[in-house]
Amino acid sequence: MDISKLTNDSRRSWTTRREKKARQIAKVQKLVNGQVIPTDKIVEALEALIMPGDCVALEGNNQKQASFLSSALNQVNPDKVNNLHMVMSSISRPEHLDIFEKGIAKLLDFSFAGPQSLRMAQMIEDGTVTVGSIHTYLELYGRLFVDLTPNIALVAADKADAQGNLYTGPNTEETPTIVEATAFRDGIVIAQVNELTDELPRVDIPGSWVDFVVVSDKPYQLEALFTRDPRQISEMHILMGMMAIRGIYERHNIQSLNHGVGFNTAAIELLLPTYGESLGLKGRICKNWALNPHPTLIPAIESGWVDSVHCFGGEVGMEKYVAARPDIFFTGKDGSLRSNRAMCQVAGQYAVDAFVGSTLQMDAYGNSSTVTLGRLAGYGGAPNMGSDPHGRRHSSDAWLNMITGESEIQRGKKLVIQMVETFQQGNKPVFVESLDAIKVGQDAKLPIAPVMVYGDDVTHVVTEEGIAYLYKAQNEEERKQALAAIAGVTPLGKESTADLKQRLRENGVIAFPEDLKVKRTDAKRSLLAARSIDDLVDWSGGLYEPPAKFRSW
Amino acid sequence: MERLTFEYAATKSVPKRAYVGVVGSGDLEVLLEPLEDKKAYVTVRTRFDGFEQIWKDILDRFFENNDIAAKIEINDFGATPGMVSMRLLQALEVSQDDKTQR
Repeated sequence: MDISKLTNDSRRSWTTRREKKARQIAKVQKLVNGQVIPTDKIVEALEALIMPGDCVALEGNNQKQASFLSSALNQVNPDKVNNLHMVMSSISRPEHLDIFEKGIAKLLDFSFAGPQSLRMAQMIEDGTVTVGSIHTYLELYGRLFVDLTPNIALVAADKADAQGNLYTGPNTEETPTIVEATAFRDGIVIAQVNELTDELPRVDIPGSWVDFVVVSDKPYQLEALFTRDPRQISEMHILMGMMAIRGIYERHNIQSLNHGVGFNTAAIELLLPTYGESLGLKGRICKNWALNPHPTLIPAIESGWVDSVHCFGGEVGMEKYVAARPDIFFTGKDGSLRSNRAMCQVAGQYAVDAFVGSTLQMDAYGNSSTVTLGRLAGYGGAPNMGSDPHGRRHSSDAWLNMITGESEIQRGKKLVIQMVETFQQGNKPVFVESLDAIKVGQDAKLPIAPVMVYGDDVTHVVTEEGIAYLYKAQNEEERKQALAAIAGVTPLGKESTADLKQRLRENGVIAFPEDLKVKRTDAKRSLLAARSIDDLVDWSGGLYEPPAKFRSW
Repeated sequence: MERLTFEYAATKSVPKRAYVGVVGSGDLEVLLEPLEDKKAYVTVRTRFDGFEQIWKDILDRFFENNDIAAKIEINDFGATPGMVSMRLLQALEVSQDDKTQR
């Protein structure tokens, strides 16, 4: 074999990416002081560093946003910088879409567009934005290392030193993942920082991975997304929470879990120290969590329910509380939280017994979506947690509990639990004939309907009527019957009959509160371990500092 | 403001009156009183007009499963159908006072 004939071109350069990076960086030498870009030179620097058509990872997820860099990108001259391929976890801010209207960017790969979902859907329909794909967080992070490796990363950190070492603190989130993918394949990493300092509390990202830092005009945007005010938890949420604890957590011996954000899960967190305690479950269930620092988890932590919590991100106001509980939370040498979105997504997908979420629409087979007509919200992380990972091989009681067959080769299942009220506010049924996601997907010309959680992954559905143990259903027809039996007076629910419900109850495919020894009149707000934000502050011994919008004074 | 009335035939009696619920947005209050006749009479007062069919669906189903002779008054403050069904069943629990159920 003549190898020289097989190598396509002996004169080929193997360092084109490295050379391109060196050329781009040489262009800004007059603008910068070492690794520091002066705040007022950022637009000029971006115009020099970014080439038309470059793949740009702009940090922004549902919590932290590189808001100074995104607004700077929105000010570059489209004649100089255009047709960018944007890779972004979340389309959250207006300028994230403005750059497409101006032609600065053209192609978009993303995960979540909740805050901009209406405009997103319109701009796709109008052809202003060309969508590569809509991903879950983990898929998007994965592709950063495969076919979406950024030429430029625009990220946010709390502090930097002159060598470019970054401190991201409690809100580390996805910064290390984006920086790693960019830095190690000769992309350019630019970090906005709230502050330049001589000594960092700890190094979250080493300076050798970072090319430039710029001090932002104001601190990066940070949303308190995981705070639920206990005042808004209704007695129906409490009833559903009691059923879930009794009929699912206790029954399947759930040790480790992720809770989606919502009032049903907040109710459960606040029922553990009261109702859970009365059932003798403390120390037996809900010990290890993949969860942001939910303020509503404070009473369970304080009363000794929780062994560990790993976090996707931080939560505004929880910094001091978390720092004071290093046995529970992952913290650095400086004492503050170390979150990591990619690692926590992996934990939530592979290492927990159960995911508990909610949705806006569910069809008769348990498929669910938060996409509603005219809005393209994307996915975020729920589909990672809300799916059964077929790569799982370690077992736990809960996982083994989902085995229903007799064969010698069997695998368990993650518990994927959806908690929904049969109707949303405004009397819109949650159980529908056909998901809006199908029409939205067609209008946006997506190759598949944007389904959040597929029905065949869902093991349990809880409504105010009862629990459907879908994993026990013998076939599609019985799944549908089980869902109809707990679907109240929605059109799907009206298909059920008293006889059918009785048969499903006897077979253990559904359970009503009376079957679980849950008394509806016990579902009282007085059962919550905290009934207000002030109560949570008290539980924390004053360490939790709620943001102004959650304070009652 | 809408006032809806419903009437059902009933066979079972309940021992005592019951009051459940909350006067507050997204909730409702239910007052249930035993009746001598084999009838149930329901009055619904709601600020949210145009949902008569859903009220009928909820009450039809409730009385299909629990045909109690009672006068029921409902003051609704924009509760979801799920909340209404839960409150009706809570009122039934209280009126039957079945502390032995647990």
